[in-house]
Amino acid sequence: MKNRDTRVHNSVRVEVIVKSWKWLRRLLKRAFRSKKLVIGVVILGFFVLVAVIGPIFATNPNGFIGPDMASPSLKFPLGTDFAGQNVLYQLIDSTGPSLLVGFAAGALATLISVIIGIGSGFVGGIFDETATFFTNIILVIPGLPLVLIVAAYVGSSSLTPIILVIAFTSWAAYARVLRGQTLSIRNRDFILASRVAGEKWWRIVFVEILPNELAIIVSNFIFMVVFAILTQATLAFLGIGDVTTLTWGNMLYLANNDEALTSGAWWWFIPPGLCIGLVGTALAFINFGLDEILNPRLKISAQKEK
Amino acid sequence: MTYFARKIGFYLLAAWAAITIDFFLPRLIPGNPVEILMSRMAQSGSPPPGEAKTLALLLGLSHGNLITQYWDYLVQLSHLNFGISITDFPTPVSQIIVSTLPWTIVLVGTCTVISFIVGIVLGTIAGFKGGKWAEALIPSTTFLTSLPYFFMALLLLYFLSYEFHLFPLNGGYSDSLTIGFTGSFILSAVYHSILPALTIILASLGGWLLGMRNMVLTTLSEDYVVAAEARGLSRRKIMIGYAARNAVIPSITGFAISLGFVVSGSIAMEYVFSYPGIGYELLQAISNDDYALTQAIFLIITLSVLGANLIVDLLYGFIDPRTRQSR
Repeated sequence: MKNRDTRVHNSVRVEVIVKSWKWLRRLLKRAFRSKKLVIGVVILGFFVLVAVIGPIFATNPNGFIGPDMASPSLKFPLGTDFAGQNVLYQLIDSTGPSLLVGFAAGALATLISVIIGIGSGFVGGIFDETATFFTNIILVIPGLPLVLIVAAYVGSSSLTPIILVIAFTSWAAYARVLRGQTLSIRNRDFILASRVAGEKWWRIVFVEILPNELAIIVSNFIFMVVFAILTQATLAFLGIGDVTTLTWGNMLYLANNDEALTSGAWWWFIPPGLCIGLVGTALAFINFGLDEILNPRLKISAQKEK
Repeated sequence: MTYFARKIGFYLLAAWAAITIDFFLPRLIPGNPVEILMSRMAQSGSPPPGEAKTLALLLGLSHGNLITQYWDYLVQLSHLNFGISITDFPTPVSQIIVSTLPWTIVLVGTCTVISFIVGIVLGTIAGFKGGKWAEALIPSTTFLTSLPYFFMALLLLYFLSYEFHLFPLNGGYSDSLTIGFTGSFILSAVYHSILPALTIILASLGGWLLGMRNMVLTTLSEDYVVAAEARGLSRRKIMIGYAARNAVIPSITGFAISLGFVVSGSIAMEYVFSYPGIGYELLQAISNDDYALTQAIFLIITLSVLGANLIVDLLYGFIDPRTRQSR
């Protein structure tokens, strides 16, 4: 009896693997057809590459190696700042920490929103009422003033507190979306069937509910990464929290404080801002692209447009 | 009527939550904030008698256990006595708030309304008409929304003020004028507010636009729009009366979250332009370790945002009758 069970299981497993492989291939094929997705991935990939291998070339970004406030030249493609430091090297070395804060805070916020959102939708009752109430409260309290004050009061010379503060103040909107989705999935037939079949609750959550909300979770994650990058840049620009780690926001802080605008040193403050904008755009494009592939309604309208 | 009662109840609870967060914030400060503030005040002049007690009550650090501290703090708030600022010694904190808050409320309020209306109109047209023009709109607005507010402010300041000298470099009005309802003061204030306003509008417009465009696209495939087309109604009537009217609802629902972003963004914007609003004052208070002022400004900003959202939610109840019936 047991033997037959595993055999059936195995053949089902093989079928699942073959099916998901075919599904993945179809998905990749469609992915390449989405121009937005390809552009987004290429831009983001470029920045990740710079973050990983850039520091090998851009050594000593804080060295006083050139003339002060020199405009772009062959030797210094993005000129130098007020202390004769190479702006291009600073830009390259800022890439890693800037992206790291975004992805770390985004991942943590996503995790919190998944736990609270799916948890309250699935469990229901008093837990749901309380969680929803707290979610709604955090949602209407403006984030940045709170983040500013907490980051300034805690004060630290590392990026960790910033990551934590951003993550803990930005999960609420997405928890609400996930809760709504979980509520609507919870009473569908396939969930009821697995309940009747006596599935454990964690199996229902991780195997039945979670995969069905994966598209939303991924999209939320991407938005939160963008939001975290923007928030960190704002904090660094305002000189709050960690002012020693080189990030794009930190570069803008130094540029603004050391008269980059009055001395016309556009090569110093425009590139870091553009990098932030480009990463944000790339991530948004990835999101639009994924949406086109996964959302059947938009797929139809996208085909119509062609 | 229950809809309105529920909304008012929720915002009252949210206000209580904000007040409670405000109570716990000073506990993050290393050292004894009251002593730090008192010794700094002693350097700038003689603090009025009883100031140490006021500060202790206000920062929730008076004697006794947590509950008595919390009670003392609430009593202190109800008297609207927020202590004395060291950023601008010895001006009472409440006076600083009264003189900075109107600048931000007028600016952010006006810009939010303008940006909302322009975004909704452009988003409707982009979603309804489609075509090349709308296609090009998406990447450009996405890029605009991906730029931080402060960077947008830096760009405008650099190009329009430093390079072309079209607008003033900073401040909210010309230094030679005194504040009052005179023609020259209002003109000067409007002139100084153009770049800050442009920053907020450019940075927040894209969100409304893209959201509206997507909702219009979704709405266009609804049966009632198809039915309206079949009945031979004019395109214009379908666009405004059927598609836009229903597509705008999520934008209004999302107003609370968006307003939080706009207020957050305008803090950094005020910093760039040294605009005499409450955001700039908050940053000054933070960098001066002026705990009493920081404390009060956080509370005021949060309560203002809550108030604005309450108003929008109540209006929403009038606009969409369904919300009043549900539950």
